[in-house]
Amino acid sequence: MSAELFRTCPESGLQFHKPAERLMKAHAVASIVFLLIGGVGALLVTLTRWPAVHLLPADRFYQLLTMHGVDMLIFWLITFEIAVLYFCSSTLLKCRLATPKIAWLGFALMMIGMVVNNLAVMNGDASVMMTSYVPMPANPNFYLGLILFAVGALIGCFVFLGTLVIAKEEKTYEGSIPLVTFGALTACIIAVFTIASGAIILIPTYLWSIGYINHIDPAMYRLIWWALGHSSQQINVAAHVAVWYAIAAIVFGARPLSEKVSRTAFFLYIAFLQLASAHHLLVDPGLSSEWKIFNTSYAMYLAVLASMVHGLTVPGSIEVAQRAKGLTNGLFEWLRKAPWSNPIFSGMFISLVGFGFIGGISGVIMGTEQINIIIHNTIYVPGHFHATVVIGTTLAFMSLTYFLIPTLFRKQVMFPGLVKWQPYLFGFGMAVFTLAMMGAGTLGVERRHWDMAFTDSMLGFDYPASAYTFMGIVGISGTAAVIGGAIFVLVTVLSVFFGKPVDSESAWGFTTSRVLRAEPIVVPEGGHAAAGKWGFAAPGTFLLAIFFLVIFVIYYVINWKYLASVWPIS
Amino acid sequence: MSAIQPPAEIVWWKQPLDRVEGTWIAIALTWSLIMFFMMPFWHIYGKQNLSNEAYRTTPQAFLAKTQAMVDEYTVRTETAANLPVVRPPPGSDVYLVGRLWQWWPLLEFEKGQTYRLHISSMDWQHGFSLQPVNINTQILPGYEMVLTVTPDTSGEQTIICNEFCGIGHHTMLGKIYVTEGGQ
Amino acid sequence: MNDQSSQDEIVRIPIMQRMLDNPFLLLFIGVVFPAVFYIIWGIMEIVTIPIAN
Repeated sequence: MSAELFRTCPESGLQFHKPAERLMKAHAVASIVFLLIGGVGALLVTLTRWPAVHLLPADRFYQLLTMHGVDMLIFWLITFEIAVLYFCSSTLLKCRLATPKIAWLGFALMMIGMVVNNLAVMNGDASVMMTSYVPMPANPNFYLGLILFAVGALIGCFVFLGTLVIAKEEKTYEGSIPLVTFGALTACIIAVFTIASGAIILIPTYLWSIGYINHIDPAMYRLIWWALGHSSQQINVAAHVAVWYAIAAIVFGARPLSEKVSRTAFFLYIAFLQLASAHHLLVDPGLSSEWKIFNTSYAMYLAVLASMVHGLTVPGSIEVAQRAKGLTNGLFEWLRKAPWSNPIFSGMFISLVGFGFIGGISGVIMGTEQINIIIHNTIYVPGHFHATVVIGTTLAFMSLTYFLIPTLFRKQVMFPGLVKWQPYLFGFGMAVFTLAMMGAGTLGVERRHWDMAFTDSMLGFDYPASAYTFMGIVGISGTAAVIGGAIFVLVTVLSVFFGKPVDSESAWGFTTSRVLRAEPIVVPEGGHAAAGKWGFAAPGTFLLAIFFLVIFVIYYVINWKYLASVWPIS
Repeated sequence: MSAIQPPAEIVWWKQPLDRVEGTWIAIALTWSLIMFFMMPFWHIYGKQNLSNEAYRTTPQAFLAKTQAMVDEYTVRTETAANLPVVRPPPGSDVYLVGRLWQWWPLLEFEKGQTYRLHISSMDWQHGFSLQPVNINTQILPGYEMVLTVTPDTSGEQTIICNEFCGIGHHTMLGKIYVTEGGQ
Repeated sequence: MNDQSSQDEIVRIPIMQRMLDNPFLLLFIGVVFPAVFYIIWGIMEIVTIPIAN
């Protein structure tokens, strides 16, 4: 292992293995290309669902909705996650990446897969939505592209695991892997399950589409496809929670409140998070209530418990770090005086709050077996998952990117004045967008639907006027969020390709923070609890958590009441 | 050591918990268990539960049963396409076909009566979405789902398709009319 | 297995920590749990759906 294979970032103190660095750059850039393509789709889809605009004709709408779904939910997020996996293994463990050549093969397969799939959709005969439910047929290349991508991503997962093995063998670290790497491991494990499920169902579906198999059972397809479709979003959850911990460490030097609690919470994800694939099958024919209740609740909500724990420990660790620096006045001085104009922090914090309050609560409620009857396939569902994967994951990844541009790409972030506002525009635009979608969904507006006015139908149906108002808000706020996303893509691409190199004099504020200082652990006199209140190290966070719980309980009860007003069904 | 570095202690499992974490875990676990037991509770005391009664079928067999019902109980036709409106006797088995792009036939129920509504698809997957009462289920070809429903509001309900089923998806509607009892 | 680091002999690592430090054990759990409870149980439910008369 030669020394010139590594470079140490002078600002951050992070140590990069050069072959791994090149791979991370390639994955990050490729993922953002697909974010851009998916973003164009997002704008056009939003402008079509805005009733007053209704931009696209039906065939284009369904085509772009398919493209938007696959490019965002699969290609953008998973490709970026492979970069995160390499960062969390090679960089954080100061270890060479296992088999960079095979990692490049994985990258190539992912790229080919993405292009093949996108071309099939653009061809116009694969407008089957991301879910491609059989027996609706798609161009075989649609499935082939997904299969190639999945194989490439699986290779990335095994390179990550291989790097963990090498780091242990070569003793590049002492004791246990860092918590953030453990979170990345969680994401990797879920990814392996996800991709294996995808292969089990998509390979036969591909063979069916080219005529080698004559029947795929639709119920079986849905069962196994959702082990791909939903679990892939659980990769995102594990990955963005790891990113939250990483950003808390980067910006505040925060230490986990307790390794035991945070790692156990990740372990609950590993064991139970994937069970929630059942959320999509709660009103399917033939599955028993026992199966539905056990799986939809992640075995007694143990994964929800884990998310609630992370939701406390991430801001809690920030609070403790801030209080240790002397911000001990009242319950919230630590939060008021947080660096709100630093997009690495503001993006991460909006991601955390948006994911918890909007995505988390709505997800648990629509995943309740009976309540799903009033929500299944309404636009409430995309309302929920835009809160989880857009406010939650995408915004967290954007924040991390603002850190990676100077550290990994060694470029200054351009337009700092604009970047300061980007997380707010994107996060709040998306928050309004998701809440309006949930409002419309509560009134029964369907997802994946071109015309909520049913003008071409013989029978006709009128939604209440408020549903149109909600969809108008969806259009406006969605457009605002797209502008926020466009700023991110523009700034990132311009900075990476045309930005000034980082040097310590002109580097932009936060790039110079050294994240790996060997700081002594500052414990306030009398322990962390003494800097807090009520014997709690993080009383402000606790109060926020209680506030969260109150909203959760109220909204949960409201939904049961709404369900109780529906026709009796048995 | 921060979260991006290995834990400072070799044995971190024995680190004591801060009170804030212990308290929150206890609260969150309690809430999780309440939410879990709410589902079986509603099966016993609630009125909106899917029976999960379902059968394997074929489009031909299902269509034949639907046709027999239409032949026997059609009371009138509607629209230029002469769609049959079927008024089945309370308590009977009622069949509803989802196909590209209609819910067939139109149905007429009596308020307060119970019907065994069988639904299946002739072709692709569809979404049964009854509006404005807001009942949504997934309809698959080859599977016959049975919903035992008791309409408790009168008036016109529209069946929307809320699973994407191709270019005419947004035109796929059906109706369930609910008349006051005793008519 | 005699290359156990001297550290291990001095400090006993608790069993739970050992489990969480073992990525391949976690991988096994993370694949087998959902495969059994979600996929296999679900497949059994679907194949036992009766045929309509």
